[in-house]
Formats: sequence, C-alpha cells, structure tokens
Amino acid sequence: MSSQLPPPTDPPPAHRPEAVALSLRGLAKRFGSKIAVNGISLDVPAGSFYGLVGPNGAGKTTTLSMATGLLRPDFGQALVHGVDVWRSPLEAKRLLGILPDGVRLFDRLTGEQLVSYAGLLRGMDRSVVAGRVQDLLRALDLAGDAGTLVVDYSAGMTKKIALASALIHAPRLLVLDEPFESVDPVSAANIRDILKSYVASGGTVIVSSHVMDLVQRVCDHVAVIAAGTVLAAGTVDEVRGNGSLEDRFVELVGGRSTAEGLSWLRTS
Amino acid sequence: MVADLVRLKLTLLRNSLRRSTGQLIGLILGGLYGLGVLGFLTVGLVLLGTADPHLIRSVLVIGGSAAVLGWMVIPVAAAGIDMTLDPARFVTFAVPMRQLLAGLTLGGLLGVPGVVTLVAALTQTATWIRYPAAAVVAPVCGLLAVVLCVVASRLVTTAISALAGTRRFKDVSGIVTIIPLVLLGPIIGGITAGFQNSPDFAVVLADVLAWTPLGALWAVPADIALGNSLQALLHFLVGVASIVLCLWLWSASLGRALVTPAYNSVTRKSGGNLGWFGRLPATPSAAVAARSLTYWVRDPRYSASLLTVPLIAVVLYFSGSQADSLAAFNFVGPITAFLLVWSISADISYDNTAFWLHLSTGVSGRADRAGRAGGLLLFGVPLALVFTVVPLVITGSLEHLPVMLGLSAGLLLTGTGLSSVVSARYTYNVPLPGESPFRTPPGTNFAMFGIQFVGWLVLLALALPEILLAVAYFITGNALFGWLSLAAGIALGAAALVLGIRVGGRWYDTRGPELLQAVSVNK
Repeated sequence: MSSQLPPPTDPPPAHRPEAVALSLRGLAKRFGSKIAVNGISLDVPAGSFYGLVGPNGAGKTTTLSMATGLLRPDFGQALVHGVDVWRSPLEAKRLLGILPDGVRLFDRLTGEQLVSYAGLLRGMDRSVVAGRVQDLLRALDLAGDAGTLVVDYSAGMTKKIALASALIHAPRLLVLDEPFESVDPVSAANIRDILKSYVASGGTVIVSSHVMDLVQRVCDHVAVIAAGTVLAAGTVDEVRGNGSLEDRFVELVGGRSTAEGLSWLRTS
Repeated sequence: MVADLVRLKLTLLRNSLRRSTGQLIGLILGGLYGLGVLGFLTVGLVLLGTADPHLIRSVLVIGGSAAVLGWMVIPVAAAGIDMTLDPARFVTFAVPMRQLLAGLTLGGLLGVPGVVTLVAALTQTATWIRYPAAAVVAPVCGLLAVVLCVVASRLVTTAISALAGTRRFKDVSGIVTIIPLVLLGPIIGGITAGFQNSPDFAVVLADVLAWTPLGALWAVPADIALGNSLQALLHFLVGVASIVLCLWLWSASLGRALVTPAYNSVTRKSGGNLGWFGRLPATPSAAVAARSLTYWVRDPRYSASLLTVPLIAVVLYFSGSQADSLAAFNFVGPITAFLLVWSISADISYDNTAFWLHLSTGVSGRADRAGRAGGLLLFGVPLALVFTVVPLVITGSLEHLPVMLGLSAGLLLTGTGLSSVVSARYTYNVPLPGESPFRTPPGTNFAMFGIQFVGWLVLLALALPEILLAVAYFITGNALFGWLSLAAGIALGAAALVLGIRVGGRWYDTRGPELLQAVSVNK
C-alpha cells in the first residue's frame, strides 16, 4: 500500500552520505522566566528515522516548533537541507512536512477537503492534489470517512488526517510531533510502514515520542532531551549501549521514584 | 461536601483571575455593572414602597417573573455561560446526590447575577415595610424565589447538556437562540404597546403570572398586604411546589447525566464532494476563499452573524412601521455591509491554532488576505445588493438607489480592506471553534471592545467621502451628489480594499509565528 505514496521529490544526492536534513544550532526559547529550550544543537542525517525522546515538559514540542517555523526562537538557527528556516521561510517550508501536537485543525472541513486544502495552499496543481488525496486517504484507511467532518473524527483519525496533510506535497523532511498518540495499533503499524518506505526512498523522518519501545523499534537515530538540553544523541545503538533504550533513558533523565510510599494501595 | 463544592468554585475563579489580568478587569467591570444595577434596583424597590399596593404588586410580580425567566433562558442562549460546576465534570466522583444538589445550588449563587438577585429579593422587605405582616413574609418568599431561580436555571442547563452532547445540536441551538434575542426589541415593543393601549394590562398580566411558577412567590407578600390570606397561601403553595418539582426533575436529569457520558453519533460519509474547493480555481487564495465560504455555512460562529443580517432588516422594518417612518429601513443595505465586513476582522482569532496550517504551508500574506476577503465578497456583494435594492423597492424610494449603493459599496469594500489589516495585526479571545457563538471568555471583552470601537471609527473615517456626499445629497436633494457618492464608494472602496490586502499581507508575512502564538494562548 505504501507504494501509492509519492516518493520525496529530489532525493538527496547519493554521493553525499553525510548530508544533513535538519541542523539545529544553539536554539533557545524562554517563556517568561522559564527557559523552555536551552541552546539545543542537533544534526539529523538525511535519510534517517530520527527519534526525539524526553520526559513531559522537556521542550520537545518547543524545539520542533522552532525548527519548523511555527515559533520564532530567541537564539539560534535551524537549517533544513541547508536552508535557514527563519531567513528563507518559504523555501524551507517547501521541503518540510509537519504534524504539530496539541493544535487544532480546520475541523469543519471534511477529511478530504482538509487534505486538499493543505495541497492547494501550497499552490499544487488540482489534479495532482486530487490523486494524492485519494492515495493518502486509502493508505491511512480513511477513505470510508473522507466525507465526514474532521470535528466528528476520533482522536486517532484526527492524527491520521493531519499526517495526510503533512504528506501531500511530498516533503523531503517530515517532522512529526507525537504521531502515534491515540492511534490504534493497526493504523500505527500502517503509518510505520509508510514512514519506513519513505525513509528507504531517501526521505528523512523526525518523530517525537515518549514511548521508548517504539522509538527503539522504528528509529535508527535518537536524541534524548530533558529540561531543554540534549543529554545524548546518536544512533540508537550508540545511545542505548548494552541495555534497552528505556533503561538508558531513565538513567539519563533520572527521577524514578519507588512505589514504597503507597503501601495502602495494596488491595490484599 | 457542600462547602467543598463552593470552595471549588471560588478556587476556580481565583485561579482564572490569577492567570490573566484581563479576566480580573472583566470581573471588576461586571461587578461594577452589577453594583449599578443593584443600586438602581434598591432605590427603586424602596421608593416603590410609597406607591399604591396594587401597583407594587404588579411591578414586583412582573419584574420577579422576568428575573426567574431570565435565569432559565439566558444560560441556554449563552450555552455554557458558566459551566465551572458542570455536572458532567462530577461523573467520576461519587458525590451523594443531595449534597451535590445543595452544593451546585449554592455555587450557582456565587457570581454577579446571583448576588444581585439575592440582594434585590431581600430588599423587597423594604418595599413592604409599611405592611408589617407582608414585610415578615417578604424575605422568606424572596429567598425561596431566589432558590427557584437557581434551581430552575440548573434544571434547564442540565436538561440541555444532556441533549447538547451532540455537535449538531450545539451548532443549531447556538444559532437558533439568537432569533428571540434579536427580536427582543419588537417583542418588548409589543408588550409596551399592550401597556399603552390598556391601563389594566399590567394588572391582568400580574394576576396571570401570580398563578404560574414564575410569579407565585413574588405575589405572596402583596396578597398579605392586600388582606387576601387565602390567595397568599395558595400562591405560596404554587411557589413551593414549583421548587420541589424543579428539584425533583433536576435531580432526575442530573442522575441521568451522571451515568450517561456525552456520546456523539456520527454517520460515516465517504468522499467525492469537495464543495467550494472543487468550484473555485486551484490557487492558494482561491483555496482560502473556499475554506472561508465553507466556514460561513458550517461554523456557527460565522453563520450566526450571517443570520443576524436578515433579522436586523426585520427589526428595522417593524420599528420603522411602529414609528410610521421607514427612513431607517432604507439603510438596511449599508448596515448589512457594515456588519458583514466587521465579522472577518477577527478571522485569525477564530482560526485559533488551526492557523498553523497556513503558516506551515508558507501561503503568502497577500494570498491569505485576498482569499479571506474574496470569500466574504463572493456572497457579500450580492447580499448587500439585494439588501440595498429590496428595502428601497418596498418603501417606494428607488430614487435613493445611487446614494444607498454608494454607501453600501463604500462600507463593504473599505471595511473588507480594513478588516484584512486588523485581523493580521490584532488577535483577541473569541469563542473557540465548536463553542457557542455567544460565549465570550470573560474579561477579554474590554480589549476586544476597544479594538472594535476604534476600528469602527477608522472605518467611518475612511468612508467619510461617501458619507459626506450622501449627507449633501439628503440636504440638497441634488441627484448629482447621489451619483458622486456611488462613484466615490466604488473607487475609494476598491482602493482601500487593495491597500488593505497589501498592508495586511505584509503584516501577516512578518508576524505569522507571533500571530500563531497569540491565538494559542486562548485554547
């Protein structure tokens, strides 16, 4: 099914294996007195499936918003395939497909209308949009609900339709914030297949998640973020060493508390 | 438990105030307004005491009935006007029903309307101070009447919230309830006419209301003062029975609401119909226009303002025919144009965080502005045309057509240009997507009215050439001024539109991320 998806346009030249899809240089953001992101520098290699993990409130969403042109950073730079997101936003946005977390959609449109809208806003040709919308809806198992208003979708369906909107223009870099949250296991597997074949054809995917298992399974690179700084970054094997990613994550982030205090919770 | 619920409400209030000073200002303004109303009511009630007891009776019964009715109707019109103690939020807690009812009733009294009603009901005692027996009964009946207000209002909101689980119901009820609100003027006019035509109208109305749950409790002190003890007892019984009945119905529907989580039944629909997206050209600005047009129909926040347009025409017609002068009715066209254009001045605030799609696709500011303006003008131009021509035909004053068209065109085009700038520059708290069109987050009204008011002044200033020419036309009666007004309206309006889209577009391009951040505060 994933073959129905358009391959990323203009795959990175094969003779530059070291090409970087996303490069963050000292990104920082402060909200009032709280420093949400404290100078993050990261290189996401082109053609990688990159996981961004961190505890709640670590600054994942803020970082990704700044990297994708949704939130102006206080300091630092974000380059998408060498294009500065904040100096040449239009050029960078053509290369980018994003799925933000915790935002609304134009949910009084039908699913089909919403994805078409995303394509038309990018100035794409009507027939190309129409063809890709059908492909995407079928691949994401939404064809039966194409005419339902997005406001009536379930949480998982909403995620999927937002993902379809991010894929419509065949970007070279996909930045997905919590793409698997509230998506059912079957759809999640389908999405993973789609993303894997997208990476295999030369695209780059960045996903944020706090499900370590999933990241260890699907990603080849990972960065651990906590309190707005990068604690570790590299290939999954480099970061996790001998243990599981989850153990390494807990070791890096800390904060595990034992359940001793809740003795009254034992029902026996 | 009851104290806990009351404390919960106070804590929620305090925390929301701590979060935004705007809300604090809103509460202070609301409080001042309430204080003003209260002062007015207190003085009125005390002075009323010197009047003839029959008159006191009519005033108190009719006024009191209106208060009870208001408590029942206003929360529905403003769906969720204060749902901080929404029963749906207690579904997972095992709160005993009796205590939940008492807590919710007391919680309903906390707030400006509750305090005003309570104090006013007790001030009734002062009105009856010349009749000792009535003065003793008055505070008791007043308190009971206040309880009835709260219980009836809670009954209505709980019953509605059971229905309101579905999105379609929310959408439709939100729009439909404005019809009586807008027609309030003619309704009040009718009642006033009734008073004027027959002096006994008030007495008869009060007598009827006294036998209904609305007015029964308010009539008891008057009956005693007038020496009708038996009638007083019967009215009292009607009132108490109403409270008991409302309580019983409320606890029943609350019990149901607590075990029936909101469920939204949706029929699956497969695609194939792109609506406006398929009909308009495939360019970014046309896509924005198609999205806007779709929202004008599907989003109650937009369609509500669309619905007010014909209602305004109806109101102007009736008020005009009552005053025997349809002069104001002739201005329906320009008024329509004015209302329409202003409704897109908060477009990005209405998008809320869905605006990220525009930002991430890199659609240019000019395309975004032009699309939203175009979407409005696509139906706004024909609508304004119809609303300009038809009233003139009805009143048989077609000779005013050029000047009216000039005013309509000027306001429509200039206003669209101005709105294109305003919505790219200012955002304010508006009802969120899916909320009732009339729900406004408290406190933000102040900033919003400030921007709106200045905006109106600017719009009038920008349309001044057309307006002055129209004034000249009406003073001199020279048709030339009418035609000049038409020319000015079209030419200056078109220029303002183009300029507005350019300036707004430039602002949009430089401030896109800041706009997104500004609207995400309100979510």
